[in-house]
Amino acid sequence: MKEIRIHARAGQGAITTAALLGLAYFEKGMYPYAFPNFGAARMGAPMNAFVRVDVQPVRLRSQIYEPDYLIIVDPTLMRGFNCFSGLKDNGIAIINAKEDFELPKIKAKQKIFVVPANDIAMKTIGRPLGNTAMLGAYAAATGELEVSTLIEAIKKRFSGKAQEGNIEAIKQGYAFIQGKNLS
Amino acid sequence: MKELLEGSLAIAKAVSLCKPGVVSAYPITPQTHIVEELAQMVVDGHLKAEFVNVESEHSAASVVLGGSAGGVRVYTSTSSQGLLYMTEVLYNIAGMRLPVVLTCANRAISAPINIWNDQQDSISVRDAGWVQFYVENNQEAVDFHPIAYRIAEDKAVMLPVMVCMDGFILTHGMEVVDIPSQEQIDKFLPSYKPLYKLDPQKPITMGPLVDPDSYTEARYAIHETQKELLKFIPQVVGEFGKVSGRHYNGLIEEYKTKDAEKIIIAMGSVCGTIKEVIDELRKKGKKIGLLKIVCYRPFPAQEIYEALKNVPKIAVVDRSLSLGSYSPLYAEVRSLFFGKKKQPKIISNFILGLGGRDITKDSIKEVVRLLNAKERTCEFIDLKPELLKEEYKDE
Repeated sequence: MKEIRIHARAGQGAITTAALLGLAYFEKGMYPYAFPNFGAARMGAPMNAFVRVDVQPVRLRSQIYEPDYLIIVDPTLMRGFNCFSGLKDNGIAIINAKEDFELPKIKAKQKIFVVPANDIAMKTIGRPLGNTAMLGAYAAATGELEVSTLIEAIKKRFSGKAQEGNIEAIKQGYAFIQGKNLS
Repeated sequence: MKELLEGSLAIAKAVSLCKPGVVSAYPITPQTHIVEELAQMVVDGHLKAEFVNVESEHSAASVVLGGSAGGVRVYTSTSSQGLLYMTEVLYNIAGMRLPVVLTCANRAISAPINIWNDQQDSISVRDAGWVQFYVENNQEAVDFHPIAYRIAEDKAVMLPVMVCMDGFILTHGMEVVDIPSQEQIDKFLPSYKPLYKLDPQKPITMGPLVDPDSYTEARYAIHETQKELLKFIPQVVGEFGKVSGRHYNGLIEEYKTKDAEKIIIAMGSVCGTIKEVIDELRKKGKKIGLLKIVCYRPFPAQEIYEALKNVPKIAVVDRSLSLGSYSPLYAEVRSLFFGKKKQPKIISNFILGLGGRDITKDSIKEVVRLLNAKERTCEFIDLKPELLKEEYKDE
């Protein structure tokens, strides 16, 4: 079983991100359980979305306290709150931020990948919604998903221009992390 | 076909396969996505139903009451305050023997305002005469909708059915569900042929004034039908199994109870978390099991008795309260053993997950730990004592 926790603000598309992750894992023949937790239930309020995925149907209904992977859509959330709480010792975090972002201290085997997902989104989608670029980065950083699987998920959720833009965002997010790994 | 769907959308699909002629609802979180999707289906022409927009839940319930009285299959759904606002009509629907099906996306009751999940809403209307099912996951939620119509509309039943599913946890949770085909549903659920209906050509009166000469008998008849349902529900659920390949008991589900020394009783999605904990604890040699109550009305007392009579310790998990008394499920489980020769030594009661307080594996382990020689009533798990300090300032 793998557990993914997404940190975002209401309105930033975290539920769609969780849904796309779920769809991609479902494409692989796995059983995801993707679900949100609303805080104040108001636009801009901190919220979480979660994906728990297994080879058999997921029964556990609690929120995720010890994630394998973290996706931090809005790094301003890290100012007053420990988004890294409970991250597994070998866990991986993907943060949507500029390259000069000051990284938090982490454990020896934990990894952080920073991707300027909003910049990628501005170029590919025309709006600062970095979710799909983050998913591309997630695939590259964790090795959990193929880009082609994510694209299949995108095709199920978006059509037309939105589909094209989001597919490009996934590719660029993936390439950004790949490039980092090579250098 | 297996699909990854949000619970609400899965329910909308299941309901649409049942082909209701009238749908009416008023939006309330966390139920809203269900009827939004149904409204879209009607607009797109995929569901040939009249979708009636209303100004309140009281009206939504009244519209489906009217539709059902007119001889049409109807559907509505709601949550929390919406269900309470419907209450007067809910009693009428059952009293008039109308086979309405309603989805309750379970949510806490105000005040304080809370949009998150517990089961206080549907528990509060348990006495209205409706059949109540509580589902553990979205597959069960899908499957119990055609089952609900089939039971409700049987001429020997003619009672409304409420399918209760935990708000957000299930309604907003995406998981893999097998949506039955239209052929499967058509085979299982014949079109609705009412016994009586409101028809200007052949006028009748429904739900008239009944004086003391016959009111008792009308209520007695509902009570008798409810009792008969304890035999009929497993039969219908069995037929659904033949069509769908998914087999349920319909009243209770026993999970690793056969050799269990401790059994937890619960309803709804928390049963999934409990099963996870049971598997973990059994690896350590602890003999624990779960009795899931699927059908809460009618209450399957005899079935529960048979399942639990030889078990030393029972924990009843309530996700609602009867403020000032024993919790609803606990009170009923406790009383079914009264006067019986065989009964558990300990029946303790634990309150969990009110107003969306997360139920973790540790919450369930705490229940197991506290299920010891000391009997407990209304033991609140995960209570925060620091929030209970009272501070008054005299002006």
